[in-house]
Amino acid sequence: MALISDGRFIEDDWRRLAEEEALPKAGKVIVSLARLPHALEVLGPESALGVIVPNTTEVLALVESAPRLQLVSISFPAFSDGRGFSLAGLLRRAGFKGELRASGRLVADQYSHAVGCGFDTIEIPDDLAERQGEEQWRAALNAYAMSYQRGYPGRGSILEARRRAARP
Amino acid sequence: MTAHDPEALRRPNAPTTTYRYDDYDAAFVRERVAEFREQVRRRLSGALTEEEFRPFRLMNGLYLQLHAYMLRVAIPYGTLTARQMRRLADIADRWDKGYGHFTTRQNLQYNWPKLVDTPDILEALADVEMHAIQTSGNCIRNVTADHFAGVAPDEIEDPRPTAEFLRQWSSLHPEFSFLPRKFKIAVTGAEHDRAAIMVHDIGLRIVRNDKGEIGYQVVAGGGLGRSPFVGKVVGDFVPRHDLLAFLEAIMRVYNRFGRRDNKYKARIKILVHEKGIDDIRAEVEAEFAAMDRSVFVHDPEEFERIAGFFAPPPYESLARDSQILHAAKLETPAFANFADVNVSAHKIPGYAIVTVSLKPIGGVPGDATSDQMRVLADASERFGFGELRVSHEQNIILPHVKQDDLFALWRMLDAAGLATANAGLVSDIIACPGMDYCSLATARSIPIAQAISKRFADMSRQRRIGKLGIKISGCINACGHHHVGAIGILGLEKKGQESYQITLGGDPTFSASIGEILGPGVTAEQAPDVIEHLVDFYLAEREEGEAFIDTWRRIGHARFKDALRREGEDGADI
Amino acid sequence: MASFKHPQILIASNLTDGEVVFLGASGWERDHRRARVALNAEEAAALEASGKRDISANRVVDVYLADVEIGGDGAPTPMHYRERMRVKGPSVRLDLGKQAAGGAP
Repeated sequence: MALISDGRFIEDDWRRLAEEEALPKAGKVIVSLARLPHALEVLGPESALGVIVPNTTEVLALVESAPRLQLVSISFPAFSDGRGFSLAGLLRRAGFKGELRASGRLVADQYSHAVGCGFDTIEIPDDLAERQGEEQWRAALNAYAMSYQRGYPGRGSILEARRRAARP
Repeated sequence: MTAHDPEALRRPNAPTTTYRYDDYDAAFVRERVAEFREQVRRRLSGALTEEEFRPFRLMNGLYLQLHAYMLRVAIPYGTLTARQMRRLADIADRWDKGYGHFTTRQNLQYNWPKLVDTPDILEALADVEMHAIQTSGNCIRNVTADHFAGVAPDEIEDPRPTAEFLRQWSSLHPEFSFLPRKFKIAVTGAEHDRAAIMVHDIGLRIVRNDKGEIGYQVVAGGGLGRSPFVGKVVGDFVPRHDLLAFLEAIMRVYNRFGRRDNKYKARIKILVHEKGIDDIRAEVEAEFAAMDRSVFVHDPEEFERIAGFFAPPPYESLARDSQILHAAKLETPAFANFADVNVSAHKIPGYAIVTVSLKPIGGVPGDATSDQMRVLADASERFGFGELRVSHEQNIILPHVKQDDLFALWRMLDAAGLATANAGLVSDIIACPGMDYCSLATARSIPIAQAISKRFADMSRQRRIGKLGIKISGCINACGHHHVGAIGILGLEKKGQESYQITLGGDPTFSASIGEILGPGVTAEQAPDVIEHLVDFYLAEREEGEAFIDTWRRIGHARFKDALRREGEDGADI
Repeated sequence: MASFKHPQILIASNLTDGEVVFLGASGWERDHRRARVALNAEEAAALEASGKRDISANRVVDVYLADVEIGGDGAPTPMHYRERMRVKGPSVRLDLGKQAAGGAP
């Protein structure tokens, strides 16, 4: 898998833990939602904990554990399935401040959507990364100076810029 | 500045009657063109597969159809300037085959663009503040509005500032661009609905409360297609300052819970139907309550800025009735006919709203040649402050014509084949492109429209029949809105042949209803006969002042079925 | 494999201009009369495989086999009315499409 951050491919210092693998004593590990309760009990302060969740996850399932999570990865079963974009916003609203990762076959053209919804990083399969290299991701990030919507992070809001321009 | 000063209209500081881009809007559409140019390049190089490219191609309005690509240009809330209409004509000549098709969502379709030319076409559109953004794809589509906006006597408030406000909000929305399915919003602001809001995913009705404040009745879950539904109220009175928040709440509920397992069950109408409106209302209200609505606090200011563009043009002070018009009608019966049928009352004394029919007898409904587009642009400058509208009935509206000018306008239109006096009559048929163009179609629709139109060519017969909306779709996707036609026709395939299923009793207005099936399908040859029998039966049964839908509602569907069965006993295989 | 009932030709849309094309003896043709006709299931499978390679080569999209009847002159005529439309053009504008360019008879 390749990891995109700020328009560049970076090394992933997180590791996805297989279901049957034992929880390590240290390091940054991503567990499944099913293993999360156990991981929270068992892992000590030297470990950083992340969870990978389906895009249909109810936010309530994560609200309690959110303060102890450094990363939440949301699966995108298909790039055309936009539920993860709503879930990301709901997680931020619930107070999650860690790394939000979109994981799936997202295409570069969705980068600004992902960033706009609060995602920090995007994880894609290698075959996709080969066809859609860094330049395409970087270009996608810079395709638009601003967006029309208010309340979404990422680029500035055109409406806010207009308002500021109207009051010199 | 008067309507007769086209040069004045073309100056940069000419008064506006519709929205004009500022630098931000202009930069946005240019960025969009650049993005699409890159996407095409990456598609041709293989960096994007067809499967990956397709949603982005669709979000720029480009379909792959039966014979060629098709580009659907957005005409926001159906409003165009003369300059924009001329550009549409130029594009038709330069990159297409000299004509375009106006649609049931107030857009324009070109049927023969090349993929490799589309970025240049989009750039030519951007030059005149136009685009093809989100006219397809699983995103929020063109926000449509009453084509008589700003000028109808029954208007409460012009719906177009709201539509423009929503156009911007919905453009490239980071959260709502990968919805379960397409999402269509319509806005109406008058006592009669001319925007079919009851059969949209979200319909907005501008209303006044007891205190005289403006707000929106929000209807959701309407839609046509395979499973038609009339929308249900999800918000009784949403104040203007809460509109975007409320809509976001609906969109978020839909994005999260709309079905994604079956393309034919993915619209919000299915969600409302399966969960129930009470459940959906509760979800929307809960989301609305939980949102941080402080981000919307400056919306009213932006709304006012937008509304300022939709100022009335500098109308002259005229007498209510025009002597010139009166005299011209007496002198020229053909013009009198046009004035009686295609002219609607205007809220300003001495003015009129003109419907230019794009349904010539035996013609292709909604098509206009590039020359005709130029005539329309010229006509709007000579007689209407340079503004035109596209109606969802596939006709062009000139919304600011002096009654004194109607005869001169008519002569100009007549010379260009644009003076068919059939607005709202039986030959003013709404028809999708059907299998002559569309890869989704199961049958052709245009030849049926042409045959019916020719059968009823006689103008005095049409006037005797009165208002009658026939709507034809070439497949279950219902782009011809057949479900809400007083007479609806759906083209299907039966045993390797085109077969036409007829429905009666559809209504797209506030009293919305979905048509009921008449019986087994008929052939293309039989269709005009059947329609004629139905119309004759209606004429025999109607009471004073009853339109077709009224008679049908009064005497019932069964009577019409019986009437056809009796005809069938004469040998027709109905 | 679906049972083979009729001779078949391979139809697709040309990527750059969207025009309907048919796989011929040596590449894609714009005239259906020059389409290669598959007379049995193996030939049809080969035709399809060959055509689908050109999807990956970014030349065509929407590749599929269509049943045809062979006329006296050896030319294939699609059996379904949808494909008959595709080899001609819009029935309401005989001046447009392949029929205008002297394509389909």
